[in-house]
Amino acid sequence: MTFTDFLQLLTDGLVLGSMYGLIAVGYTMVYGILQIINFAHGEIFMLGGFGALFAYAWVPALHEISLWAALPVMLVVGVLVSVTAAVAAERFTYRPLRNAPRLAPLITAIGLSLFLQQVVFNFFTLPGESMGITAPVPFPQLDGGPLRLGGVTVSYAAILTLVVAAGAMTGLTYFVGRTRTGRAMQATAQDPKTARLMGIDTDRVIVVAFAVGAVLAAVACLTQGLRLGSISYNMGFIAGLKGFTAAVLGGIGNIRGAMLGGVVLGVAESLASGLLPHLPSLQMFGGSVWKDVWAFVILIVVLLIRPQGLLGERIADRA
Amino acid sequence: MTALLEVEDLRVAYGKVEAVKGISFSVEEGQAVTLIGTNGAGKTTTLHTLSGLLTPSGGRVRFAGQDLAGVPAHKVVALGLAHSPEGRHIFPRLTVEENLLLGAFLRKDADGIADDTERAYTLFPRLRERRIQPAGTLSGGEQQMLAMARALMCRPRLLMLDEPSMGLSPIMMKKIMATVAELKATGTTILLVEQNARAALSLADQAYVMETGRVVLSGSGERLLHDDSVRKAYLGEE
Repeated sequence: MTFTDFLQLLTDGLVLGSMYGLIAVGYTMVYGILQIINFAHGEIFMLGGFGALFAYAWVPALHEISLWAALPVMLVVGVLVSVTAAVAAERFTYRPLRNAPRLAPLITAIGLSLFLQQVVFNFFTLPGESMGITAPVPFPQLDGGPLRLGGVTVSYAAILTLVVAAGAMTGLTYFVGRTRTGRAMQATAQDPKTARLMGIDTDRVIVVAFAVGAVLAAVACLTQGLRLGSISYNMGFIAGLKGFTAAVLGGIGNIRGAMLGGVVLGVAESLASGLLPHLPSLQMFGGSVWKDVWAFVILIVVLLIRPQGLLGERIADRA
Repeated sequence: MTALLEVEDLRVAYGKVEAVKGISFSVEEGQAVTLIGTNGAGKTTTLHTLSGLLTPSGGRVRFAGQDLAGVPAHKVVALGLAHSPEGRHIFPRLTVEENLLLGAFLRKDADGIADDTERAYTLFPRLRERRIQPAGTLSGGEQQMLAMARALMCRPRLLMLDEPSMGLSPIMMKKIMATVAELKATGTTILLVEQNARAALSLADQAYVMETGRVVLSGSGERLLHDDSVRKAYLGEE
């Protein structure tokens, strides 16, 4: 284990964590306003990848140009699919349950997850193949080998993930803090009834929260497809769980917390699976098999020490 | 002449429990009107219904000539009906100034908003001192000032104040009620719900006494201030 190896693990963790953070933002924004966990968010993420792949597979013109040039088209289609699904989910499943007991939207979300998975499983079709998919589907790959920075190897897809995550966070911070809709969103999160007295259409704000979360999730899934080379109909389950964990770790309801939680989780996973095999007495707990275990151990430890999460407010601050 | 606000036989129910059982009253332009009564009389429920947060089960509300039936809360404020809710309900994690600007959420005239922000700070100098502070860190009285100032930011045709003096120290209570009187003097039309009946009646042109969802007595503030039953029940006099 050299220092370069350590830097490599750190970089991998940062990339992974940025993607978790992008997913986590969707959980945290919806929770911040509605106090519900949209457990179907993992599937919203998955749909973004399949939307992008669908565009790539069915538009032959995209194969003639470099994947870099095709990416914006894939991204737009992926985002559209995710946003449509998220907005429809809000309108037709969550909104009718707005005043129902907490458990109702939660169970609905689980049902919605299975439904969306099955839709992709049964109906997603690639050109020249029969309807439905069984195995993970290959995702197009960016040309050009990995970059070597010092001794650290980074793929273009990894760099893209970092750039996109940084860009998305900057944009989101501006949106929430500086725009009219962003301010309406903060007001709605803090006191929805009073927000309506200010003239804020809170139903619209809620739709925007779902939509923004879906955009970031779709972006995240596209980067995961590019990094790992394939996507599958059930990829949303573990990704959603990690995104949710990141959101709780950072302090649910807090947007910067979601990104921080994602990075902490990604780095912890990467270090745990990479470093532990080098420690004589702990080597049996290392490797990628254990990485999810360590992710949740971190979550439990943080919540024991700081139940409100890393950047969360104490409950008493919530009016 | 028709009144700015006309409420006719208004009924509001929470499930099967009727909280407001057919009340009628009106507010004329430039008037200060007060609803007084004990806890649970239906005063706050009435204001919530007027601003669209609750849906009436019967009756009619007309504001500035328009029927408010089916108008959602966020559109009611666009008509010029501002509501400063009971318990203040400022946005705790936004700054004082951000709270004020939310009061002007539907306005597009940047210059006018700047003028009105300045006016709010002149009316409540304390808020100017604290403009970049999160509103949750203000004292109760300061939060009440902010809630009133925020409601004024939409340039309302009618300002509804729900229990502005609740939970405040006697000094702060006096200050707030003096501000209400000042607003009235400068021509703001006010509908005031207040448990401090004496203060409310002293400044009201017209007053309505509510008991368990009904208006049981009405008249000018002056008259009710000297009414025997009111003095006994609400002013604590023998």
